[in-house]
Amino acid sequence: MNNPSRRKFLQSSAAITGGLVIGFWLPEKGGRAFAQAPQPPKVPPNAFLRIGKDGSVTVMVKHLEFGQGVTTSLPMLVAEELECDWSKVRYELAPASPLYAHTAFGVQMTGGSSSVWNSWDQLRTVGAQARTMLMQAAASQWKVKLSDVKAGKGFVVGPGGKKLSYGQLAEAASKLPVPDTVALKPAKDFTIIGKPTRRIDSPEKCDGSARFGLDVQRKDLHVAVVAHAPVFGALVKSMNAEGVKAVPGVTHVVEVTNGVAVVGHNFWAAKKGRDALQVEWDLGPGAKLATPDLFAKFKEAAKTPGTVARKAASPDAMKGAAKTVVAEYEFPYLAHAPMEPVNCTIEVQGDSAQIWVGSQFQGVDQPAAAKALGLKPEQVKLNTMLAGGGFGRRANPVSDYVVEACEIASKVKVPVKVVWTREDDIRGGYYRPMYVHRVEAGLDAQGKVAGWNHSIVGPSILAGTPFESMMVKDGVDATSVEGVADTPYDLPNLQLMLHSQNVEVPVLWWRSVGHSHTAFVMETMMDELAAAAGEDPVAFRRALLAKQPRVLGVLDLAASKSGWGSPLPKGRARGIAVHESFGSVCAQVAEVSLAGNDVKVHKVVAAFDCGLVVNPLTVEAQVQSAIAYGLGAALFSEITLKDGRVEQSNFHDYRVLRMNEMPLVEVHLAPGGDKPTGVGEPATPPIAPAVANALFALTGKRVRKLPMASMKWT
Amino acid sequence: MAKFFVNGDPVDFRGSPDTPLLWALRDSLQLTGTKFGCGMSLCGACTVHLDGQPVRACVTPISAIEGKRVVTIEGIYKTSQAPTANAVRAAWIDKDVVQCGYCQSGQIMSAVALLQHNRNPSDADIDEAMAGNICRCGTYQRIRDAIKSAAASLRKA
Repeated sequence: MNNPSRRKFLQSSAAITGGLVIGFWLPEKGGRAFAQAPQPPKVPPNAFLRIGKDGSVTVMVKHLEFGQGVTTSLPMLVAEELECDWSKVRYELAPASPLYAHTAFGVQMTGGSSSVWNSWDQLRTVGAQARTMLMQAAASQWKVKLSDVKAGKGFVVGPGGKKLSYGQLAEAASKLPVPDTVALKPAKDFTIIGKPTRRIDSPEKCDGSARFGLDVQRKDLHVAVVAHAPVFGALVKSMNAEGVKAVPGVTHVVEVTNGVAVVGHNFWAAKKGRDALQVEWDLGPGAKLATPDLFAKFKEAAKTPGTVARKAASPDAMKGAAKTVVAEYEFPYLAHAPMEPVNCTIEVQGDSAQIWVGSQFQGVDQPAAAKALGLKPEQVKLNTMLAGGGFGRRANPVSDYVVEACEIASKVKVPVKVVWTREDDIRGGYYRPMYVHRVEAGLDAQGKVAGWNHSIVGPSILAGTPFESMMVKDGVDATSVEGVADTPYDLPNLQLMLHSQNVEVPVLWWRSVGHSHTAFVMETMMDELAAAAGEDPVAFRRALLAKQPRVLGVLDLAASKSGWGSPLPKGRARGIAVHESFGSVCAQVAEVSLAGNDVKVHKVVAAFDCGLVVNPLTVEAQVQSAIAYGLGAALFSEITLKDGRVEQSNFHDYRVLRMNEMPLVEVHLAPGGDKPTGVGEPATPPIAPAVANALFALTGKRVRKLPMASMKWT
Repeated sequence: MAKFFVNGDPVDFRGSPDTPLLWALRDSLQLTGTKFGCGMSLCGACTVHLDGQPVRACVTPISAIEGKRVVTIEGIYKTSQAPTANAVRAAWIDKDVVQCGYCQSGQIMSAVALLQHNRNPSDADIDEAMAGNICRCGTYQRIRDAIKSAAASLRKA
């Protein structure tokens, strides 16, 4: 509450809407990444909470809702302190504004499994402040002391049982000063936090009324589809739009940086127009790219010294190895393939613009759009829409599809919705990078890990982005090495080298980022070493986790709940993996069988420690979700290149998990924790190694290349 | 010009006859509950009912539906299938199925079609009816639970 002018502004906006509006802005010490980003000088009239005269409580959700349940979990944080009637709680997705900056990362964004933990203090404080103001309003009206009134279930109750609803008090409360300090409840008094709470956005998502970015309707709205280059980095050399003009409903054909946009009165006109378009491309060096060549090059690099990301305590440790295991691993490019293909709607009017987009990066996309439109950030209103998944694709430091939409809108000067087709999505880049890992690990005569030389080769996600200064240190991109460099295993002689190799293929974070490949290597190698040492995989890990009670606890929970070691029907086997990421720990035991060459995962028992659990129902859903996402990729998904062209195009050749392939997932939450840690991503990393380890137990064969579809099991 | 019915209302569609039903619904009739996911009948996000049968609207041209009855997610709770649809919706909410929600219109349309003729689906029946509907959030387990729960409530009704 260090900004009186903003407080005054918010109160005046409250007066306009006739309700209580609370908002505040806490500049965080951790907000380094975007310290250089321009901040609009004026805060728009919005805030975190609005209480209507009808008693409705509307929480502005600063994060993108794209499945993870923030439209329920964030209002729960407010409601816990507000003492309101939960049935009257609604949500609205907040537009882009510095007011809604991530409290740790300093810019409005959704990522890193951080929505709940970064809002934990912020939104409970909002609830407590509002409750205090409502109580004060009632106390003033009754001419009693604040200590003589109580709040609960949406009412303030005073001496003699006098009662006023929050709706009745909202206007008077909005005129009071926002209290500087409020006491927050201890966890033992929570009545909402920790209680399984059904999502408040379910009804609208069951009757088609929920509005996603692709559903935006505006007067005179045109639809654009873009003919993107067939090869990354290629440029338009010439085009022939003769045939396009003959397609009824097409209105514009315009060249943009990344291709040619065909605009029409509706999607089908634009799409048919694009089908009729002929473009000649200046292909450039990207046309030479081929996946086998890239893997060969990466594998060569893995055998040479790279940038040191972690030093072994004793450089000669491997010399003490009695037994050595050497393994090379290959991971493909992966598309995010959210159900809703990316899209962006823009309406420019004079010197202002409105954008509607399901963005994980409002705080990045809004200034990027302003720049592309030649406007100031405060002249661009970015409305956050529901998004049909994202998994990182809607958090692009270079705002690719938003900037593309701005470019098109500037040229055609009509309201326009830019729609990517599934083919555009699968072939459009911004993939999880491909990587090669090489590990030489040694066991001493007692079967203990003597040394571990680890090389990672792959593109850097952060190079050239605004995150580079914060997350690339001494040439090491933290997202390339996380999960190895910071392994919880007691491996003092783990040496890690990184080779960041730039390829013309644009890359991006994909659910669980670096952990999506590092966990596989760590956990399958751990299994391999356990086998080499003749030890049980759980017992072998336990010895290396003696100093890590939290990780050990989760490992033990998964082992005991899965009946680790108990007999299974013939033809079935179990595998285990445990991994720490995003401040949380997840262990999984997968039970598998083979039908011919097809892997069947019957069951996954997951143990999860994500600190204090806000909503057990959404945490369970996120664990199931993260497993389904990781399992589909582990079994089936890959993006490959031939002559620079992406060989996949849609869900028939970019396979993802389907209903009949979904295992039964049992989720066990570890008790404890005094605050929440990450939820959306940490259950993705363990699934692939758990399945691979189970398949080893079944067949004796090691998976060294994902997806597993390329394995010959029989 | 093609004539057909959407959620009981007659529609005269004046656009190109090769227009997929999906885009007629979304762009001409502003019925955006039916979703675009793949355009190739691979993901099921655009599932609607055509004369009571589930079809993928993204590959169903307007020219093929002359005189037929289309029901979308916006209309399913008001048709003769409403008892089944309401049971499905109640189960979806009770089991907290949705995540991002984008595929759920299609999931629900497929589930209603399944339960309309099978009040006691086995896991294999559910796999067969639902494997064409992709959910990238991985809500499959709760979908399965919700279908079984809706089926149980329909058997009691």
